[in-house]
Amino acid sequence: MERRFEREIEGLKTSLIKMASVVEDNVASAVQALLKEQKDLAEKVIAGDERVNELELENDNTIVDLLALQQPVASDLRFIIAAQKINNDLERIGDHAVNIAESAQTFAATHEQEPLLEIPKMCDIARGMLKDAIDSFINVDPVLAKRVLERDDEIDDLNRKTIRAVIELIRTDMKSLEVGLELTRVSRNLERIGDLTTNIAEEVIFQVQARVVKHHAEDRTDVHKIH
Amino acid sequence: MSRRSPILGFSFMTATGLASLVIVSAVVLVIVDIVTEGMHTLTWQFLTDEPREGMTAGGVFPAIIGTFYRVILMSIVGVPVGTITAIYLTEYASQQSVFARMIRFAVNTLAGVPAIVFGLFGLGFFVQFVGQNMDQVLTGGADLRWGQPNLLWASLTMALLTLPVVIVAVEEAIRTVPRELREASLALGATKWQTIWKVVLPNSMTGVLTGGILAVSRGAGEVAPILFTGAAYFLPHLPGSLSDQFMELGYHVYIMATQSPDVEATRGIQYATTLVLLVFTFSLNLVAVLLRYRIRKRLRT
Amino acid sequence: MAMTEPQIRLRAENLNIHYGTKHAIKDVSLDIPSNQVTAFIGPSGCGKSTFLRALNRMNDLIETAQTTGKVLFDETNVYDPGVDVVELRKRIGMIFQKSNPFPKSIYENVAYGPRIQGEGDKRKLDEIVERSLQQAALWGEVKDDLDKSGLALSGGQQQRLCIARALAVEPEVILMDEPASALDPIATAKIEELIFELKERYTIAIVTHNMQQAARVSDRTAFFYLGELIEYDETKRMFTAPSKKQTEDYVTGRFG
Repeated sequence: MERRFEREIEGLKTSLIKMASVVEDNVASAVQALLKEQKDLAEKVIAGDERVNELELENDNTIVDLLALQQPVASDLRFIIAAQKINNDLERIGDHAVNIAESAQTFAATHEQEPLLEIPKMCDIARGMLKDAIDSFINVDPVLAKRVLERDDEIDDLNRKTIRAVIELIRTDMKSLEVGLELTRVSRNLERIGDLTTNIAEEVIFQVQARVVKHHAEDRTDVHKIH
Repeated sequence: MSRRSPILGFSFMTATGLASLVIVSAVVLVIVDIVTEGMHTLTWQFLTDEPREGMTAGGVFPAIIGTFYRVILMSIVGVPVGTITAIYLTEYASQQSVFARMIRFAVNTLAGVPAIVFGLFGLGFFVQFVGQNMDQVLTGGADLRWGQPNLLWASLTMALLTLPVVIVAVEEAIRTVPRELREASLALGATKWQTIWKVVLPNSMTGVLTGGILAVSRGAGEVAPILFTGAAYFLPHLPGSLSDQFMELGYHVYIMATQSPDVEATRGIQYATTLVLLVFTFSLNLVAVLLRYRIRKRLRT
Repeated sequence: MAMTEPQIRLRAENLNIHYGTKHAIKDVSLDIPSNQVTAFIGPSGCGKSTFLRALNRMNDLIETAQTTGKVLFDETNVYDPGVDVVELRKRIGMIFQKSNPFPKSIYENVAYGPRIQGEGDKRKLDEIVERSLQQAALWGEVKDDLDKSGLALSGGQQQRLCIARALAVEPEVILMDEPASALDPIATAKIEELIFELKERYTIAIVTHNMQQAARVSDRTAFFYLGELIEYDETKRMFTAPSKKQTEDYVTGRFG
């Protein structure tokens, strides 16, 4: 007999998956708007963030209900805690996508082809990490989640490289200051998206294995381990 | 104190053991005595034959029939009246009501009244008052039919005697039916009467039967109340109607033991008659036990 | 989120109940909405069971009980002298804390209610018995064994049998007095799931000393203390942000 509680948990999961797919779309659209300088697409992304915020509020409500009224324990509890954090993470990824879309609008306005340095590569990695993190949540796959964690270093590297390249660019040509600033903005947002998807992957691992892996907790002897 | 307790405990145990032994032996002795003395006289002929030759020979068939009729009548009157009274006392009467307390007081007193007093009451009230008035009303006093000791008055007197037994037993049985069952029935929209009829009574049936059997056992053996209300020493024929007198086993023994012309010759008959009475009572109890067992089994499955 | 005003099934107005000198229910007014589950919580002796039993006049069985005030059911005060209590109890059924099936067969237990109302047609009774047992989520477990004694079932099954028995009379309201307190967690979960299903067709009021159960199962919760109604609100609010400190202390377990 499927209990009403189980149905509600499934409902929460479905809502998060829906939210994730909207966020994934927004990130992809924002990236494309940036690379192809498509002003309309950028506008769509900015407008589409409202839906993401709506879903975040709905999920918050559901989570409070479940915690207050159903007294979940064990795997149900871990799922709900993970869901709460993933909910927030997805909303912030959505915000970063909006930032990228705003940069895309600025680039599109200048009608010039801008040098994008490492940005395209970072976009690829970020989108890949996001997709894998979300898939690992849907399929409850801690192995896939672990792989996401490993790629974060790459994107951090690329971000640093981009910033150094921008500094060089500005030094050689002061007129490219604005473009340079916009590029750093995009790079930082992509790097943040990478960080947030890493968070999501860490939550998935917590949910499944009851292990806290964030902040290298496993290397610390004073951190309480949940068995 | 603690040093005396084991001794105290032990002597208490011994005392109760001895007491039980005494009681059991007494019963065994009585039964053995009756059986051995009466066995040889107890033949099929004895049971089916009339007394002959001034009670010195023959059988006790009429007495058996008389006892039988009396017991049946007594139960038909006593058990329903007692049951209904018990139901009233437990289910309907408020605990504080004066009427209920009066009834209880009456029941308790009745239980303590000596049997012979019932007999006198039966004579004075049923035979002389009710009976004679009935004759006045029915036949204008010409035919002295109901104003005499007979089967009806004797049975009614016995019913009165056994009433307290029935009431107490049934009351006990009704009280053991848990309150939750009553509440369940009422919560389903049953009236109080429906609840009693369909839930309380079926569940206290064993108690009702016990009450009935106890009453019958007590009544079957009592002789005093029927002395002047209907029993006769010798009758040429069996009682044909309620207004007839009847012969009776217990009474028969009494008469033979005290007023027979030849006590020695009738000794065998006395013992045999007593034995019949004993067997009668025992088998009644046995029937009751079996009935209760079957009803209890039916309620459990 | 806008909600349509729910229809009110039962309304208590200034209800006061005394047991002799003890003032057990002090001026309580409460609305019970249709097709919802309303829970009454509070510490032992707070009067929640007394209040519940006042709704179908089961307190009448207690000699020392005196009730003043009104309980309105379909605009009629159930305590009006002209009210037929027997009829009332057909429309407002009750489930008790300790399951109390009759010592009869499962079939006869469920058929008891319809029978005393005069239903004698065997086929109709068969229908009613099957339907009630299905609604009580017990049919599958007992359908081949209807002649078995009701007492031979497990505790949880007995309680569902009592629910089926109450449903057979087709009440509009079902009152439950701690229906799962004598049951193990699995049997309790089954009863809670059943309550959730039943509220679609019936109005349910439940007394429970287990407030987590109230949180899981009810739409509205009323908190009683020493005979008074302290707070009555949507269950969600009672358990996330109650208005009264007393309520907060009770649900967080800080009570003495």
